[in-house]
Amino acid sequence: MSKHTISITLNGESVSQEVDSRLLLVHLLRDDLQKTGTHIGCDTSNCGACTVLVDGRAVKSCTVFAVQANGKLVETIEGVEQEALHPLQEGFHEEHGLQCGFCTPGMIMRAKELLEKNPNPTEEEIRWGISGNLCRCTGYVNIIKAIQYAANKINEQQKEAA
Amino acid sequence: MIPPSFDYLTPQSLSEAIGLLHQHGPDAKVLAGGHSLIPAMRLRFAEPSHLIDISGLEDLSYIREADGFLRIGAMTREADLEDSEVVRTGYPILLDTAKMIADPQVRNLATVGGNLAHGDPANDHPATMLALRAQVEITGQGGKRTVPADDFFPDFFTTVLEHGEILTEIQIPVPPLNSGGAYLKIERKVGDYAVAAVAAQVSLGADGAFQQVGLGLTNVGPIPIRAARSEDALRGQRPDEALYARAGQLASEDADPGDDLRGSADYKRSLIRELMKRALRRAVDRAQGRS
Repeated sequence: MSKHTISITLNGESVSQEVDSRLLLVHLLRDDLQKTGTHIGCDTSNCGACTVLVDGRAVKSCTVFAVQANGKLVETIEGVEQEALHPLQEGFHEEHGLQCGFCTPGMIMRAKELLEKNPNPTEEEIRWGISGNLCRCTGYVNIIKAIQYAANKINEQQKEAA
Repeated sequence: MIPPSFDYLTPQSLSEAIGLLHQHGPDAKVLAGGHSLIPAMRLRFAEPSHLIDISGLEDLSYIREADGFLRIGAMTREADLEDSEVVRTGYPILLDTAKMIADPQVRNLATVGGNLAHGDPANDHPATMLALRAQVEITGQGGKRTVPADDFFPDFFTTVLEHGEILTEIQIPVPPLNSGGAYLKIERKVGDYAVAAVAAQVSLGADGAFQQVGLGLTNVGPIPIRAARSEDALRGQRPDEALYARAGQLASEDADPGDDLRGSADYKRSLIRELMKRALRRAVDRAQGRS
């Protein structure tokens, strides 16, 4: 076993932590850094509840070692809200995009990456885009509406800003 | 499940990575995207003493055409294949394949090199690389060697990689004009391995007949399978439905599937029979510029 002191930028703040090489990123976030918004669902890289962004890419944090994130930007659901709710958070609220809410942080983090790469996704592209995230309440229709709501809102905000 | 303990190393160059593999012996393993290795470690199927993380070697991540080959660096992430303009326009079979691997988050980390080097006959790139007549570049202490995809998978979960060697590049011959390819996979749900899948890459001559034909089969045997008899049946013939059916029949006979949770051997053979027809239709359509 090797121990490493890693530095990450977590939701905009620098964090240093000594970790065992085998510590998984999701455990670093939840147990050591108390960011429990990132959920553990299946723990086998299927369900997507543990999705976070590493250098802007959505990854399943149950299948990444914390040491692999050394020097990188990590964003969790706790970092999504800025002055106001993020359009995705607002969309999930307005469109009833959650029931039990367990999958929601992962859905939002994945959707955030999706909309950054593709600001105007079709319904089909959204469906493929969240194909690595399972909703145990099977509320997919409203999740898709929530992402469409956010896409529209972000596009409107950018028009106003331009 | 917590993975077993290991020492974690981050080489800054390829030669350093190869040196570390030699230094730490056969229980040291390369960590690329980690999406086969980390799950295997959690299940104690793999207990490496050292993980040598090559993700810092940024010069192993690229997609470019040069000297008659499409060259894909081994650390190229699957998601980068999906986003690549040269892949989108020139290699639809690779785009088909990348889109069917696992799910978007996994593809953000999983690498093309790892998909091959893991040696899993259920992985998707091996059949595609057989169809494309690709070769892989392997780097070791003595230098580089290249191995055709046909020779890379000698046995179940086995590749010709020796300890201390790293798969560094995938080399795909640039297809001639009037070429097309397709990858068709049946999976039980998104993210699952193939029940069965067929990779087809064809090029048509001036007379419209098949000139080059490459056909690979996924997860219907202990290793990825080239459907060589189907290729022979097509070459020199003009595309038609009876010929596709013949190719499907031969491939279903050459497949060597077992019964498992994904279905019976008979079911998988019948899938190969049908998927071969569909893959050939789509490959020919693309070669003729129709889709």
